[in-house]
Amino acid sequence: MSQPESALAGGRSGESLAKLAERYGLRRAIARPRFPVYIRQLWERRHFILTYATSRNVSKYAHSALGQLWQVITPLLNAAIYFVMFGVILGGSKDIPNYAAFLLVGMFVFTYTQRSVTAGAKSISGNLSLIRALHFPRAALPLAYTIQELQQLVISMSVLLAIIVWSEPPTIMWLLIPVVLVLQTMFNVGASLVMARVGTSLRDMNQLLPFIMRTWLYASGVFFSIQYKIVGEPGGGGAHLPQWVADLMYANPAAAYIEFMRDILIQHHEPRPWIWQVCVFWAVFALLFGFWFFWHAEEKYGRG
Amino acid sequence: MAETIKELAQVKAEEPMAMRPSDAPTGTPTVIVDDLHIVYRVYAKPTDHEKGNAVHALVRLLKRQGRPEMKEVHAIKGVSFVAYHGDAIGIVGRNGSGKSTLMRAIAGLLPPAKGAVYTDGQPSLLGVNAALMRDLTGERNIILGCYAMGMTPAEVRQKYQEIVDFSGIEDFVKLPMSTYSSGMGARLRFAISSAKTHDVLLIDEALATGDREFRKKSQQRIKEIRESAGTVFLVSHDHKVIEETCNRVIWLHKGKIKMDGDPAEVMAAYHKGS
Repeated sequence: MSQPESALAGGRSGESLAKLAERYGLRRAIARPRFPVYIRQLWERRHFILTYATSRNVSKYAHSALGQLWQVITPLLNAAIYFVMFGVILGGSKDIPNYAAFLLVGMFVFTYTQRSVTAGAKSISGNLSLIRALHFPRAALPLAYTIQELQQLVISMSVLLAIIVWSEPPTIMWLLIPVVLVLQTMFNVGASLVMARVGTSLRDMNQLLPFIMRTWLYASGVFFSIQYKIVGEPGGGGAHLPQWVADLMYANPAAAYIEFMRDILIQHHEPRPWIWQVCVFWAVFALLFGFWFFWHAEEKYGRG
Repeated sequence: MAETIKELAQVKAEEPMAMRPSDAPTGTPTVIVDDLHIVYRVYAKPTDHEKGNAVHALVRLLKRQGRPEMKEVHAIKGVSFVAYHGDAIGIVGRNGSGKSTLMRAIAGLLPPAKGAVYTDGQPSLLGVNAALMRDLTGERNIILGCYAMGMTPAEVRQKYQEIVDFSGIEDFVKLPMSTYSSGMGARLRFAISSAKTHDVLLIDEALATGDREFRKKSQQRIKEIRESAGTVFLVSHDHKVIEETCNRVIWLHKGKIKMDGDPAEVMAAYHKGS
């Protein structure tokens, strides 16, 4: 019994271990489930995903005296700073009606996507100990991170609406707000799934992401009107580039969700008429591609 | 219980047909490890003589040396064995011999570089430490830990009080885990992770937690879990525990099996060898 070979019980009868496993119906410990099965397993873990997201939000403010009140204070402070900076000091834009609302909607909507993507990129590489200890569909982690951001966004949006309601009376269009949020969440989930897998192989991604995000912020017309800056302002300013350049920028997902939200909340805002189609396209495409892309490396995430 | 009976019936039914290896213990194989190789990617800090500054990083990049921080560790080098239903297998070996890695591979948490692990059902590691959050109350952590192990809300409600009682932390359950003494934390973690029953269970030095009284209680619990689980793997440095609970011991040395067999025999050789 002292030879290691004696452990090969199956080897004695000349049968390979793989055959023995097959004969007794054993399965590979780390096989990737088929895609529909994977989605079902993920659904079975919905309680874990929700609890994990909520727990992270609670734990985030555990050391501050005001606790989760910060979830309301942070967006308020942000709104104040953006408004003073861009609205008062830099003069904003006379041509954009209700610039304060224009700016705040842009900032809050963009922040949701930005934070989801950034968190998603770290969701796998920052949780290796969890991945190496417990069994669950790994997509639960980027999903939980996005839901954590969604919980924050719901509070931010309430703050935003409370501010905006003074200058923009509510209309029937406000009922569409959840629709935009659902579409944007679909896109964010997809994007963070993609970034989660990219983040595991490209370790330098976390260093690079802030710059990518800032470029994205400027390209999405958060504090200026893409139409006015690229094609031309009513007053004669702007870069006088062809219309398709502006349209291309409007077609980027962040800009599309911002424009859609502005269309709903700001009465005198005129977005491109096809903006909602772009929103739906990005939501569906990102979600499907994101899950497929992430699932493809499912069994490899434990390696680090 | 019903499953055990079913499995036993299955064994009986298969007995006449299947050509059993003569030295195999009774029972069907539950875990088969076939020429397993595991390679870790480790991002180590630069060593002293390499100095981790920007100039060196640039020089390295220009010389195309790649990142020295990334090392590949060949932790398991061709391990093969078959575990049967009812086995309690102890795994011994020095630090860094690949014990924990082997466990994670059996649990299906680490992808093999070569070879394969075949299992019946889903083996699970005993331990939820990684899912818990220090800043949260014991209450929230129990719920989080249970969900992390894949319980349903009904199961969580059912087990909650049992976990609190077993851990013996009483009113501390309302306080953040960061306020616990290390013993209390360990007790709660053990209580959560042992609340679920498993087909194939992997225990990685989960024993020896808390004070003497709790140690006794937890050993009793492990024994119960072991009896309800089909197959148990136990990694421990406590030789007494291994000899008491295991019917077979595998000695890992530098990622290979050095010896596999009867506990008394292997442990004697292990003591002599180390």
